[in-house]
Amino acid sequence: MLDRSFIGLETEPRSVAVEASQLRFFARATGENNPIYFDEAAARAAGHAALPAPPTFLFCLASLAPEAENVMARLGVDMGRVLHGEQSFTYGERICAGDTITLTTRISDIYDKRGGALDFIVQDTEATNQNGQSVGLTRTVIVVRNG
Amino acid sequence: MATITYHAVDVGETLPPHESRPITRHVLALYCGASGDHNPIHVDIDFARKAGMPDVFAHGMLSMAYLAQLLTGWVPQDQIRQWGVRFIAITPVHAKVLCTGRVVEKFEADGERRVRLAIDAHTDGGIHTLSGDAIIALP
Repeated sequence: MLDRSFIGLETEPRSVAVEASQLRFFARATGENNPIYFDEAAARAAGHAALPAPPTFLFCLASLAPEAENVMARLGVDMGRVLHGEQSFTYGERICAGDTITLTTRISDIYDKRGGALDFIVQDTEATNQNGQSVGLTRTVIVVRNG
Repeated sequence: MATITYHAVDVGETLPPHESRPITRHVLALYCGASGDHNPIHVDIDFARKAGMPDVFAHGMLSMAYLAQLLTGWVPQDQIRQWGVRFIAITPVHAKVLCTGRVVEKFEADGERRVRLAIDAHTDGGIHTLSGDAIIALP
Protein backbone atom coordinates (compact mmCIF):
# COMPACT_ATOMS: atom_id res chain seq x y z
CA MET A 1 0.00 0.00 0.00
CA LEU A 2 1.30 3.43 -0.91
CA ASP A 3 2.15 5.95 1.80
CA ARG A 4 -0.94 8.13 2.27
CA SER A 5 1.18 10.89 3.83
CA PHE A 6 2.00 11.98 0.25
CA ILE A 7 -1.57 13.24 -0.19
CA GLY A 8 -1.40 17.01 -0.45
CA LEU A 9 2.21 17.06 -1.60
CA GLU A 10 2.75 19.89 -4.09
CA THR A 11 5.80 19.91 -6.34
CA GLU A 12 8.01 22.93 -6.96
CA PRO A 13 6.71 24.85 -10.02
CA ARG A 14 8.61 23.91 -13.17
CA SER A 15 8.71 25.69 -16.53
CA VAL A 16 8.91 24.38 -20.06
CA ALA A 17 9.16 26.13 -23.44
CA VAL A 18 6.60 25.21 -26.10
CA GLU A 19 8.74 24.57 -29.17
CA ALA A 20 7.43 24.52 -32.73
CA SER A 21 9.72 21.60 -33.56
CA GLN A 22 8.24 19.53 -30.70
CA LEU A 23 4.69 20.38 -31.87
CA ARG A 24 5.55 19.23 -35.41
CA PHE A 25 7.08 16.03 -33.99
CA PHE A 26 3.88 15.44 -31.97
CA ALA A 27 1.72 16.06 -35.07
CA ARG A 28 3.77 13.52 -37.01
CA ALA A 29 3.65 10.92 -34.22
CA THR A 30 -0.13 11.22 -33.91
CA GLY A 31 -0.81 11.16 -37.66
CA GLU A 32 -2.28 14.66 -37.48
CA ASN A 33 -3.72 15.75 -40.83
CA ASN A 34 -5.02 19.21 -39.86
CA PRO A 35 -2.30 21.56 -41.15
CA ILE A 36 -2.88 24.21 -38.48
CA TYR A 37 -0.98 21.87 -36.11
CA PHE A 38 2.19 21.58 -38.25
CA ASP A 39 2.16 24.35 -40.88
CA GLU A 40 2.80 27.89 -39.60
CA ALA A 41 1.04 29.51 -42.58
CA ALA A 42 -2.09 27.39 -42.04
CA ALA A 43 -2.00 28.21 -38.32
CA ARG A 44 -1.81 31.94 -39.04
CA ALA A 45 -4.60 31.69 -41.62
CA ALA A 46 -6.75 30.09 -38.90
CA GLY A 47 -6.10 33.05 -36.59
CA HIS A 48 -3.26 31.67 -34.47
CA ALA A 49 -0.12 33.69 -33.75
CA ALA A 50 2.01 30.53 -34.03
CA LEU A 51 1.48 26.76 -34.13
CA PRO A 52 -1.16 25.92 -31.50
CA ALA A 53 -0.62 23.05 -29.07
CA PRO A 54 -3.27 20.37 -29.68
CA PRO A 55 -5.65 19.43 -26.82
CA THR A 56 -3.60 16.70 -25.13
CA PHE A 57 -0.23 18.43 -25.49
CA LEU A 58 -0.57 20.02 -22.05
CA PHE A 59 -0.12 16.51 -20.62
CA CYS A 60 3.04 16.12 -22.71
CA LEU A 61 4.44 19.39 -21.36
CA ALA A 62 4.16 17.90 -17.89
CA SER A 63 6.14 14.86 -19.10
CA LEU A 64 8.69 17.00 -20.93
CA ALA A 65 9.33 18.96 -17.72
CA PRO A 66 9.37 16.20 -15.08
CA GLU A 67 9.22 17.09 -11.42
CA ALA A 68 12.66 17.50 -9.85
CA GLU A 69 11.58 15.33 -6.91
CA ASN A 70 10.34 12.33 -8.99
CA VAL A 71 7.29 11.67 -6.85
CA MET A 72 6.68 8.20 -8.35
CA ALA A 73 10.13 7.02 -7.25
CA ARG A 74 9.63 8.49 -3.78
CA LEU A 75 6.32 6.64 -3.54
CA GLY A 76 8.19 3.47 -4.46
CA VAL A 77 6.17 2.93 -7.65
CA ASP A 78 7.59 0.48 -10.22
CA MET A 79 6.94 2.01 -13.68
CA GLY A 80 6.40 -1.50 -15.10
CA ARG A 81 3.27 -1.79 -12.92
CA VAL A 82 1.73 1.58 -13.78
CA LEU A 83 -1.37 2.09 -15.92
CA HIS A 84 -3.08 5.33 -16.83
CA GLY A 85 -6.56 5.20 -15.30
CA GLU A 86 -8.17 8.51 -16.13
CA GLN A 87 -7.23 11.82 -17.71
CA SER A 88 -9.09 15.10 -17.96
CA PHE A 89 -8.42 18.64 -19.15
CA THR A 90 -10.01 22.02 -18.47
CA TYR A 91 -8.76 24.82 -20.70
CA GLY A 92 -7.97 28.51 -20.28
CA GLU A 93 -5.93 30.64 -22.67
CA ARG A 94 -4.67 28.82 -25.76
CA ILE A 95 -1.10 27.47 -25.78
CA CYS A 96 1.09 28.28 -28.78
CA ALA A 97 4.68 27.75 -29.88
CA GLY A 98 6.86 30.34 -28.18
CA ASP A 99 4.98 30.20 -24.88
CA THR A 100 6.65 29.24 -21.62
CA ILE A 101 4.35 27.16 -19.44
CA THR A 102 4.79 26.81 -15.68
CA LEU A 103 3.34 23.68 -14.08
CA THR A 104 2.55 22.88 -10.48
CA THR A 105 1.44 19.35 -9.63
CA ARG A 106 -0.31 18.27 -6.46
CA ILE A 107 -1.13 14.76 -5.26
CA SER A 108 -4.82 15.18 -4.47
CA ASP A 109 -5.57 11.64 -3.37
CA ILE A 110 -4.21 8.14 -2.95
CA TYR A 111 -6.59 5.21 -2.47
CA ASP A 112 -6.78 1.49 -3.15
CA LYS A 113 -9.36 -0.97 -4.48
CA ARG A 114 -9.82 -4.73 -4.53
CA GLY A 115 -8.27 -5.18 -1.11
CA GLY A 116 -5.08 -3.37 -2.08
CA ALA A 117 -4.57 -5.16 -5.42
CA LEU A 118 -4.76 -1.77 -7.13
CA ASP A 119 -3.48 1.57 -5.85
CA PHE A 120 -4.73 4.84 -7.34
CA ILE A 121 -2.78 8.12 -7.36
CA VAL A 122 -4.68 11.30 -8.29
CA GLN A 123 -2.50 14.16 -9.56
CA ASP A 124 -3.79 17.66 -10.36
CA THR A 125 -1.63 20.01 -12.40
CA GLU A 126 -2.19 23.73 -12.84
CA ALA A 127 -0.59 25.40 -15.85
CA THR A 128 0.04 29.10 -16.47
CA ASN A 129 1.74 30.94 -19.32
CA GLN A 130 4.48 33.59 -19.29
CA ASN A 131 1.83 36.29 -18.75
CA GLY A 132 0.52 34.61 -15.63
CA GLN A 133 -2.72 33.51 -17.37
CA SER A 134 -4.16 30.08 -16.66
CA VAL A 135 -3.87 27.83 -19.71
CA GLY A 136 -5.47 24.82 -18.11
CA LEU A 137 -5.85 22.23 -15.42
CA THR A 138 -5.22 18.55 -15.84
CA ARG A 139 -6.20 15.63 -13.65
CA THR A 140 -4.35 12.33 -13.98
CA VAL A 141 -5.32 9.12 -12.22
CA ILE A 142 -2.50 6.57 -12.18
CA VAL A 143 -3.25 2.93 -11.36
CA VAL A 144 -0.55 0.74 -9.81
CA ARG A 145 -0.94 -3.05 -10.12
CA ASN A 146 0.26 -4.72 -6.93
CA GLY A 147 1.05 -8.39 -6.35
CA MET B 1 -14.53 23.30 -41.62
CA ALA B 2 -18.28 24.01 -41.70
CA THR B 3 -19.40 25.98 -38.65
CA ILE B 4 -21.41 23.82 -36.23
CA THR B 5 -24.09 25.90 -34.51
CA TYR B 6 -26.00 25.16 -31.32
CA HIS B 7 -29.39 25.39 -33.01
CA ALA B 8 -28.41 23.02 -35.80
CA VAL B 9 -27.27 20.29 -33.38
CA ASP B 10 -29.68 17.75 -31.88
CA VAL B 11 -29.25 15.44 -28.92
CA GLY B 12 -28.44 11.99 -30.29
CA GLU B 13 -26.56 13.34 -33.29
CA THR B 14 -23.22 11.65 -33.97
CA LEU B 15 -19.92 13.27 -34.95
CA PRO B 16 -18.11 12.21 -38.12
CA PRO B 17 -16.02 9.27 -36.83
CA HIS B 18 -12.24 9.38 -36.88
CA GLU B 19 -9.98 6.38 -37.45
CA SER B 20 -6.26 6.29 -36.74
CA ARG B 21 -3.68 4.55 -38.85
CA PRO B 22 -2.40 1.23 -37.42
CA ILE B 23 -0.30 1.74 -34.27
CA THR B 24 2.95 0.17 -35.39
CA ARG B 25 6.00 -0.15 -33.15
CA HIS B 26 7.42 2.77 -35.13
CA VAL B 27 4.40 4.93 -34.18
CA LEU B 28 4.97 4.00 -30.52
CA ALA B 29 8.63 5.01 -30.77
CA LEU B 30 7.69 8.33 -32.36
CA TYR B 31 5.02 8.97 -29.72
CA CYS B 32 7.49 8.13 -26.93
CA GLY B 33 9.82 10.88 -28.14
CA ALA B 34 7.16 13.38 -29.16
CA SER B 35 5.13 13.13 -25.97
CA GLY B 36 7.94 12.96 -23.43
CA ASP B 37 6.39 9.77 -21.99
CA HIS B 38 9.48 7.60 -21.85
CA ASN B 39 8.00 4.67 -19.92
CA PRO B 40 9.81 1.73 -21.59
CA ILE B 41 6.73 -0.50 -21.31
CA HIS B 42 5.46 1.06 -24.58
CA VAL B 43 8.58 0.55 -26.67
CA ASP B 44 10.84 -2.10 -25.08
CA ILE B 45 9.45 -5.63 -25.35
CA ASP B 46 12.10 -6.98 -22.94
CA PHE B 47 10.94 -4.53 -20.29
CA ALA B 48 7.27 -5.28 -21.00
CA ARG B 49 7.78 -9.04 -20.62
CA LYS B 50 9.67 -8.58 -17.35
CA ALA B 51 6.68 -6.56 -16.13
CA GLY B 52 4.41 -9.51 -16.94
CA MET B 53 2.94 -8.20 -20.21
CA PRO B 54 3.00 -10.33 -23.39
CA ASP B 55 4.13 -7.39 -25.55
CA VAL B 56 4.46 -3.62 -25.57
CA PHE B 57 1.17 -1.74 -25.78
CA ALA B 58 0.09 1.72 -26.89
CA HIS B 59 0.13 4.76 -24.63
CA GLY B 60 -3.39 5.59 -23.45
CA MET B 61 -2.59 9.20 -24.27
CA LEU B 62 -1.98 8.29 -27.93
CA SER B 63 -5.61 7.15 -28.17
CA MET B 64 -6.67 10.29 -26.32
CA ALA B 65 -4.78 12.32 -28.96
CA TYR B 66 -6.87 10.53 -31.62
CA LEU B 67 -10.02 11.43 -29.68
CA ALA B 68 -8.78 15.03 -29.66
CA GLN B 69 -8.60 14.82 -33.47
CA LEU B 70 -12.24 13.67 -33.46
CA LEU B 71 -13.12 16.85 -31.54
CA THR B 72 -10.93 19.28 -33.52
CA GLY B 73 -12.29 17.76 -36.73
CA TRP B 74 -15.75 18.86 -35.57
CA VAL B 75 -15.11 22.29 -33.99
CA PRO B 76 -12.12 24.62 -33.58
CA GLN B 77 -10.05 23.64 -30.54
CA ASP B 78 -10.81 26.90 -28.69
CA GLN B 79 -14.42 25.69 -28.27
CA ILE B 80 -13.38 22.70 -26.14
CA ARG B 81 -14.05 23.73 -22.55
CA GLN B 82 -13.38 20.52 -20.66
CA TRP B 83 -13.07 16.84 -21.41
CA GLY B 84 -11.91 13.63 -19.87
CA VAL B 85 -11.68 9.90 -20.38
CA ARG B 86 -11.29 6.67 -18.47
CA PHE B 87 -8.85 4.17 -19.92
CA ILE B 88 -10.77 0.91 -19.70
CA ALA B 89 -8.62 -1.51 -21.69
CA ILE B 90 -5.10 -1.68 -23.07
CA THR B 91 -4.66 -0.86 -26.77
CA PRO B 92 -2.49 -3.56 -28.35
CA VAL B 93 0.25 -2.83 -30.87
CA HIS B 94 -0.94 -2.93 -34.55
CA ALA B 95 -4.49 -1.85 -33.61
CA LYS B 96 -6.29 0.96 -35.39
CA VAL B 97 -8.30 3.23 -33.10
CA LEU B 98 -11.85 4.17 -34.07
CA CYS B 99 -13.09 7.34 -32.33
CA THR B 100 -16.77 8.17 -32.05
CA GLY B 101 -18.82 10.90 -30.41
CA ARG B 102 -22.47 11.62 -29.79
CA VAL B 103 -24.33 14.69 -28.49
CA VAL B 104 -25.98 13.75 -25.20
CA GLU B 105 -27.02 17.12 -23.76
CA LYS B 106 -27.56 20.76 -24.78
CA PHE B 107 -27.35 23.42 -22.07
CA GLU B 108 -26.27 26.95 -21.23
CA ALA B 109 -23.54 27.76 -18.71
CA ASP B 110 -21.26 30.74 -18.03
CA GLY B 111 -23.26 32.78 -20.55
CA GLU B 112 -22.66 30.47 -23.48
CA ARG B 113 -24.36 27.60 -25.28
CA ARG B 114 -22.74 24.26 -24.80
CA VAL B 115 -23.17 20.61 -25.66
CA ARG B 116 -21.98 17.54 -23.82
CA LEU B 117 -20.61 14.75 -25.97
CA ALA B 118 -20.17 11.12 -25.04
CA ILE B 119 -16.91 10.00 -26.64
CA ASP B 120 -15.44 6.54 -27.07
CA ALA B 121 -12.50 4.75 -28.61
CA HIS B 122 -12.54 1.16 -29.84
CA THR B 123 -9.84 -0.85 -31.56
CA ASP B 124 -10.52 -2.35 -34.98
CA GLY B 125 -10.56 -5.66 -33.07
CA GLY B 126 -13.62 -4.47 -31.19
CA ILE B 127 -12.00 -3.68 -27.81
CA HIS B 128 -13.60 -0.70 -26.04
CA THR B 129 -10.51 1.18 -24.84
CA LEU B 130 -11.50 4.73 -23.81
CA SER B 131 -14.78 6.20 -22.61
CA GLY B 132 -15.43 9.79 -21.62
CA ASP B 133 -17.19 13.06 -22.26
CA ALA B 134 -16.46 16.52 -23.58
CA ILE B 135 -18.05 19.93 -23.02
CA ILE B 136 -18.03 22.01 -26.22
CA ALA B 137 -19.14 25.64 -26.61
CA LEU B 138 -21.11 26.32 -29.80
CA PRO B 139 -22.06 29.62 -31.46
